[in-house]
Amino acid sequence: MTGAPLIEVEDLRIDLDDGVRRVAAAEGISFRIDRGETFGLVGESGCGKSITALALIGLLRQPLSIGGGVIRFEGREIQHLSAARQRELRGNRIAMIFQEPMTALNPVSPVGRQIAEMFVLHKGKSWREANKLAVEALASVRVPAPERRVNDYPHQLSGGMRQRVMIAIALACGPDLLIADEPTTALDVTVQAEIIELMRNLCAERGTAILMISHDLGLVANVCRRVAVMYAGRIVEERGSADIFRAPSHPYTQGLVASLPRLGSRAALGRTRLKEIAGVVPAITNFPEGCRFNPRCTQATGICRTVAPQTDLLEAGGFVRCYHHA
Amino acid sequence: MKLRANLIIGGALFALAILVGLLAPWLAHTDPVLDANLMNAEEPPSWTWWFGTDDQGRDIYSRVVYGARVSLTVGIVSQLINSVIGVALGLSAGYWGGWWDDFVNGLTNLMLAIPSLIFALAIMAVLGPGLTSLLIALGLTNWSFTCRIARASALSLRSQGYVQAATVLGYGDLRIMITQLLPNMLGPIVVIGTLGMGSAVLSEAALSFLGLGVRPPFPSWGSMLSDAREQITTAPWLSVFPGLAIFLTVLGLNLLGDGLRDILDPQSRSRRT
Ligand SMILES: Nc1ncnc2c1ncn2[C@@H]1O[C@H](COP(=O)(O)OP(=O)(O)OP(=O)(O)O)[C@@H](O)[C@H]1O
Ligand code: SF4
Ligand SMILES: [Mg+2]
Repeated sequence: MTGAPLIEVEDLRIDLDDGVRRVAAAEGISFRIDRGETFGLVGESGCGKSITALALIGLLRQPLSIGGGVIRFEGREIQHLSAARQRELRGNRIAMIFQEPMTALNPVSPVGRQIAEMFVLHKGKSWREANKLAVEALASVRVPAPERRVNDYPHQLSGGMRQRVMIAIALACGPDLLIADEPTTALDVTVQAEIIELMRNLCAERGTAILMISHDLGLVANVCRRVAVMYAGRIVEERGSADIFRAPSHPYTQGLVASLPRLGSRAALGRTRLKEIAGVVPAITNFPEGCRFNPRCTQATGICRTVAPQTDLLEAGGFVRCYHHA
Repeated sequence: MKLRANLIIGGALFALAILVGLLAPWLAHTDPVLDANLMNAEEPPSWTWWFGTDDQGRDIYSRVVYGARVSLTVGIVSQLINSVIGVALGLSAGYWGGWWDDFVNGLTNLMLAIPSLIFALAIMAVLGPGLTSLLIALGLTNWSFTCRIARASALSLRSQGYVQAATVLGYGDLRIMITQLLPNMLGPIVVIGTLGMGSAVLSEAALSFLGLGVRPPFPSWGSMLSDAREQITTAPWLSVFPGLAIFLTVLGLNLLGDGLRDILDPQSRSRRT
């Protein structure tokens, strides 16, 4: 299995069935992540980032479901695995850190026990061994005095500490892929940077691949080698992080990059307003015909409003989904 | 934290009842069954016979002390059965939803529609009198409130971040229910259990009063009341003391339940933090 990518998604479609009709909440999603690679998924709220992540770990629930496409993990298709087999992957081979670090820990259980439970559950360890391993895991996420901290309850820890515990839980079983869905949105900026740094270092040490999800293109490009930009349920551009900043191809990505404050720029100094993309993201039940970005795109032409563009491979690697891309 | 009066008084009454039951052989003055002596029949309360004697000359004090064993065994064991049934049904129904939830809901509504004492009576009629029948009859008929609360808690807890996180981490359903949901709903379940114990003590008395409880001559508070009803005017002490025992035990359990609610209620808990 050396040649196969760690995870490979091909033409994935996620259906939203509200009982009246079935719409594609996401479609044509394709990407691959190699072992130890860092990959980012960026886009505005509601574009389908979280549901894509849930599809990867087999946790789409009514009214959402996989409507087509293939997900391969180490070359094996996993989208049709039984619930029990998918559960063996979750937390063990593919782990996930949540958007809400404040509520992701059980309030009535000491944090050490919650870490230890992972070893009992996935590695068949005894509680004695697992408790020892939990102290080590807590030490590895740089929690001071871990042998005392394991007895603490979540409410005794700060937000940053709790997110460290979450990382310890997620990485406990040595997963091959860590999905981080907005892991730091609820934390303040300095803590945010620390947590991201910690996560990146731990994963690099252990060869764990990261799928990082965020609306913050700057943050993601900083952490990830490659970035995919999502808009209204489709990936519109996928590039190396450096390329995407230097020469964004898709008009939407161009808008995103232009709206980022740059260090020392007039906008960052507050002299001019950041350039925002005019218009709003279309509702899921009301996606426009053709290219879904066309109502907001300054370069749209006739064909953009009727036929959805296919992906164009770029010479420098990656692809873009636009008729008139740069 | 301020300890509340109802918690202290209720806890003390319940603890007293348990102690009396446990220490009955040492506290009792005579054997509650064998020490009948017609020479002392129907003695009123005195320094020798604290609670008086019955028409067979048995010491009422000793019989009340031993009666605590039956009442508390029935109260505690039958309520434990009820709690286990109610939690298992309600928790799984709330967490899984779907047809299982509909089924459990229907069953709960059915149980609520039939007064539990009537239902217990019917079961006793089939099983015949005796301690085991009492435990079964009362243990199977009073779980609907626990079930409701467990279901409602599971419904609201299952969307909590930590329950979803557990799913993402590969926890199975059973493990989620036991480690994530159950500990977080224990407060209200314990409160209902305590109150339920009180009503089980009452139901035992009622069923024994009707002659369906523990077989005479072994004393239970309910059967003592039943035996005493013909002499209620001539020898009122025969009914007063077992009645008082029932009253104080049930009062204690109700106060304890109220007091526990004050400290275990998730709402009052979150208000404090
Ligand atoms: N359980 C659900 N039921 C109905 N619609 C859903 C559900 N979950 C997601 N959706 C819809 O699917 C779309 C994609 O949602 P998703 O959560 O993936 O967005 P996102 O990109 O993660 O946004 P955010 O940045 O706000 O987290 C949204 O339009 C959302 O309304
Ligand atoms: S396809 Fe047309 S509408 Fe869509 S982004 Fe490209 S130019 Fe704009
Ligand atoms: Mg999301």
